[in-house]
Amino acid sequence: MTGMIIETEKGKWEIICGLEIHCQIISNSKIFSGASTHYGSDANENVAFIDAGMPGMLPSLNERCVYQAVKTGLGLNAQINKYSEFSRKNYFYADLPQGYQITQFRYPIVGEGKVTVDLSDGTAKEIGIERMHIEQDAGKSIHDMAPDKSFIDLNRAGVGLMEIVTKPDFRAPEEAGAFLRKLRSILRYLGTCDGNMDEGSMRCDVNVSVRPLGSNEFRTRCEMKNVNSVKFVMTAIENEARRHIEVYENGGEIAQETRQFDPSTGKTKAMRKKEFAHDYRYFPEPDLLPLVLDDDYIARIKADMPELPDAKKSRFVNELGLTAYDAEVICENKETADFFEKAAKGHDAKKVANWLMGDFFGMLNEKKVELKDSPVSAENLGKLVELVTSNVINGKTAKDVFAIMADTGADPEKIVEEKGLKQVTDTGAIEAIVDEVIASSPDNVAAYKGGKTNLIGWFVGQVMKKSQGKANPGVVNNLLKQKLG
Amino acid sequence: MSDLTKLTIAEAREGLKKKEFSSVELTKAYIEKMEANRKLNAFVLETPEIALAQAKISDEKYAKGTNGILEGIPLGIKDLFCTKGIRTTACSHILDGFEPQYESTVTGKLLEAGASILGKLNLDEFAMGGSNETSYYGPVINPHKAKDSDADLVAGGSSGGSAAAVAADMCAGATGTDTGGSIRQPAAFCGVTGIKPTYGRCSRYGIIAFASSLDQAGPIAKDVRDCAIMLNAMAGYDPKDSTSAKIAVPDFESFLGQNIKGLKVGIPAEYRPDGLNAEISKLWDDGIAKLKEQGAEIVDISLPHTKYALAAYYIIAPAEASSNLARYDGLRYGLRVPGEHLDNMYINSRTEGFGKEVKRRIMIGTYVLSAGYYDAYYLKAQKVRRLIREDFIKAFEKCDVILTPTAPVAAFPIGDKSMQENPINMWLNDVFTVSVNLAGLPGMSLPFGVNAQGLPLGLQLIGKAFDEGTIFKTASALMTEKK
Repeated sequence: MTGMIIETEKGKWEIICGLEIHCQIISNSKIFSGASTHYGSDANENVAFIDAGMPGMLPSLNERCVYQAVKTGLGLNAQINKYSEFSRKNYFYADLPQGYQITQFRYPIVGEGKVTVDLSDGTAKEIGIERMHIEQDAGKSIHDMAPDKSFIDLNRAGVGLMEIVTKPDFRAPEEAGAFLRKLRSILRYLGTCDGNMDEGSMRCDVNVSVRPLGSNEFRTRCEMKNVNSVKFVMTAIENEARRHIEVYENGGEIAQETRQFDPSTGKTKAMRKKEFAHDYRYFPEPDLLPLVLDDDYIARIKADMPELPDAKKSRFVNELGLTAYDAEVICENKETADFFEKAAKGHDAKKVANWLMGDFFGMLNEKKVELKDSPVSAENLGKLVELVTSNVINGKTAKDVFAIMADTGADPEKIVEEKGLKQVTDTGAIEAIVDEVIASSPDNVAAYKGGKTNLIGWFVGQVMKKSQGKANPGVVNNLLKQKLG
Repeated sequence: MSDLTKLTIAEAREGLKKKEFSSVELTKAYIEKMEANRKLNAFVLETPEIALAQAKISDEKYAKGTNGILEGIPLGIKDLFCTKGIRTTACSHILDGFEPQYESTVTGKLLEAGASILGKLNLDEFAMGGSNETSYYGPVINPHKAKDSDADLVAGGSSGGSAAAVAADMCAGATGTDTGGSIRQPAAFCGVTGIKPTYGRCSRYGIIAFASSLDQAGPIAKDVRDCAIMLNAMAGYDPKDSTSAKIAVPDFESFLGQNIKGLKVGIPAEYRPDGLNAEISKLWDDGIAKLKEQGAEIVDISLPHTKYALAAYYIIAPAEASSNLARYDGLRYGLRVPGEHLDNMYINSRTEGFGKEVKRRIMIGTYVLSAGYYDAYYLKAQKVRRLIREDFIKAFEKCDVILTPTAPVAAFPIGDKSMQENPINMWLNDVFTVSVNLAGLPGMSLPFGVNAQGLPLGLQLIGKAFDEGTIFKTASALMTEKK
C-alpha cells in the first residue's frame, strides 16, 4: 500500500506521521518507590515519601520495571542497550512534586526496532521504532472539585512508564491505527502493559506533517498530545494533515507547536507555541547509578518470552492450515488465541476456527460476556466440532447442540447422548424410510423422473423429517438418487 | 566531679561502662553547656527532653550490658539530617516548621548505636556557604577569638554549628555534611577534627540534598579516635541510597596508632601557590616534618588540574542544587506564600523562602543547564571533574596519602566586607577542599596548630577511595602527643 494521498485542486499531498506512546508498566510497585501501583484506590492512598517529593528522599530503581522494559524491547525486535542512564527533566508543576521527572534522555534502555503491521488490502508494512525509554509518571491535577482550588492526587506519581517513539514512518491514518492495535497486542502478550487507552494506561502523542507527493523533504510538524483512542488518533492525523495542506495552499506557514485534539469535533487547536516551550534542563540523575545490564540477564528474559502474535499467526497458518485472515483475527488477542489452541487440540483446527469466529463469537456478543466468562469451554467447543467431523451428528443438529451448550454449559457428548441426537448412518434403517417416502409419493416420483430433478430436496426433507433429523444427509442423498434412478 | 563535657567520646564511654557516672549525668552536663553557650548560636533547636529520655534508656542498657557502641553519648545533629518527629529546616525559611516523618539512615544508625540527640545544629542555608552566615537563623559564632581583637569570628561553614558546638563542648560529637569542604573547613576554623569519608561510604538517605553527586555525611569530633568511633556507626551500604557503596566497613579505630614507617605521603606542588599565607605554609612544613620523624617517606606529587577545580565545582554543585531545590514550592510542606495563580504562589513562596546565596546558586545552576549553555558549562565542568579524578589516581600511584592545608585562611570576622561584597572571595576559601569532593575521595581536617593570633589552623589528609583507614593511621601519627 502506498499510503493515503490527499488530492486537492492544486496538487497531491503525502502525510508524514510518527507516534510517541506512553505505556504504563505492569508492576506491583512504582518505578522508584515501594508504593503500590493499584488503579482505583482512594486519592493519595498509594504515595511513598519520595513520590511526594519529601526532603532528603531518594529514588531506588524497581528491578521489575527494568525486566518489563527489556521484555518489551525484545518484543519490538529492538536493540537492548546494556548501558543506559537516567536523567532529570526539570519543570514546575503541581502534580510533579520533585520539580523534575526522572526519565532517560541521552542513553535509553532500548534502541532501534521494528514492528510489522498488516493492512486492510492484504499487504504488510514495517514500522521503525526509534527508541524506548523508561521514566516515572506524574500525578493528577483535579480542577473541577472546587471553583477556586485545585486538588492533587499523587497515586499515579512515580508509576513506571515506557515511552515508545516510532520513526516518522506512517503515511496513512490506517497505518497508525494498525500499529497501535499491533503494539497493544504485543504488550498484552508480553504482560508488560495492559494497553487500555481509555483508562490512560496507554497514551498516544501524534506528530504530523505533510509534503507534496514525490518530495523528500520533512516540513514543520505539529504534535497532538494524549489522543485517547485508536479511532481518535486516525481522525487526528487526517484532519491535522488537511489543516496543514489548507495552510500551505493558501500561502501560509505551519508553526511548530503543540496542539490539542478535541474528540467532539475531530479538530485540533493550538495549545502552546514552541517559543513558549519549556527548557527542560536535562542532566544526568545523580541519585541513580547508570543502568548496566549483562548478557545473562538479557538472555534470561529472552528465555521467558512468550510466543508473540506474528509467530503464532504464522504457526497457525503453516501448521494448522488456517487462512491468514482467520489467524490474524484469532491472534490479535492472546486469550482468544489460547482458547482457540485449546479447542483445536486433536480436532480439525480449520473447522474449530470457523465455529469460533462464527457461532461462538456471535454467542458471546449476544450474551454480552467476555471470553473468560464464556459458558462454552474450549474443550467442549472442540468436542462439538469432533462430533460433526466424525459424523456422530450432522451440522444442523450441531447448531441445536451448541445453543444448549450456550445456555447450560453442558458437555456436547452428554447432550447428544441424553437427547438421542446421534445421527443414523445405518443404511438399512435409512433405506426403509426412503422406500416408505417413495411409496407414499407416486406423483412426485413421476415428476422427478420426468425431469424435475430439483425435487430431490423435497425427498431429502421428507426422509429427514421422518428420521427426526437424525439420518445422515449424505447417506439419504445417495440412496434417493439410486432408487429414483 | 570534674567537667564531664571535657571528655572525649572514648573516655566518656569508658566512664559509662565503669559506672563512674551515668548517661543522665553526662547528658545533663552537656545540656548545661548547651544552654550556657546559646550566644554562639550553634543550636537552632534544643531537644533536652529527648536527650534525657534517651539517656535513661542508655543507663538501663549499661545496667543490663546490652549497650551499643555509642550508648549514652549525647550528639548534636546538623539540621540537614531529617530526624523523625524533630523539626528539620536546613536553616532555611522555606522549611519553616517541617517535621519529617522519617529518619535519615545516618542518624538512625547513630540512634541504634545508643547515641542521643541534644538538638539540631546551625548551618549555612541548605549547606550553601563557607562561613555559616547564610543561615536563616543567623551566623554561628566561633568559640575562638583573636588575641588582639574582640570581634566575633565565623565558625566556618557550612557545618559551622557542628564545629562550634564540638569546640565549645556543647556536645560530645556532631554530624556534618561536606559538599565542597563543609566538614573540614569549619573543623579547621574551630580547632576540632572532622572527616568527609569517601563518596558512597555513608548513606545520603534522609539528608536534605544540596548537590547529590558531591554530598557526603561525616563526623566532627574532639579528636581522631572519636571521629573513627562515630564513623564506625555512621558508615555502611544502604539499599535506600543507590549511590552508597556495597563495600565492607573496616573498624576505623583499629588503624589508630599503627606504624607509619615507609608510608608514602604526597605533597602536591599546586597547593602551595606563591601567595600562600606564611603561617599556613609553616604549619604544613611542621606536619611534613612530624610525619618524616616517624619514618614516613615524603613524595612530591602533582595535581595539575587543581586550578580548574573551584570553577568546575561552582558549576556542578549549583546545577544539581537548582534541580534538588525545585521541590520547595510551597505546595506540600514548609512556607507557603499564597498567590493568585499557581505560578504566583511558586514565585512568592520561593522569593520569600530562600536567602540570597541560595537564590544565587539556583540562578547559576539554572543558567548552566539551559539549552545552549549546557555543553559550554555543565558538560565542560564534568570533563574537568574527570581530569581531577585522574590526577588523584595518578598521584596515588606514587603515594599512600596526601597532606595539604585545609583552608588558605584562619577564621575571619563575621560580616567580612570583601566577602559580602564579592561572593567569589568567599568561594576561594574552598580552594583546598573542593577537589576531594569532585574526586569522591575521603578527606580529614586536623587541628594541627594555631596562628600568631591564637586561631586554629587545620591540616588536611586526603586518602584513596575507601581507604579512610590510611587517613586514620596517618592522622593518629600526626596528632600524637599533641592532644
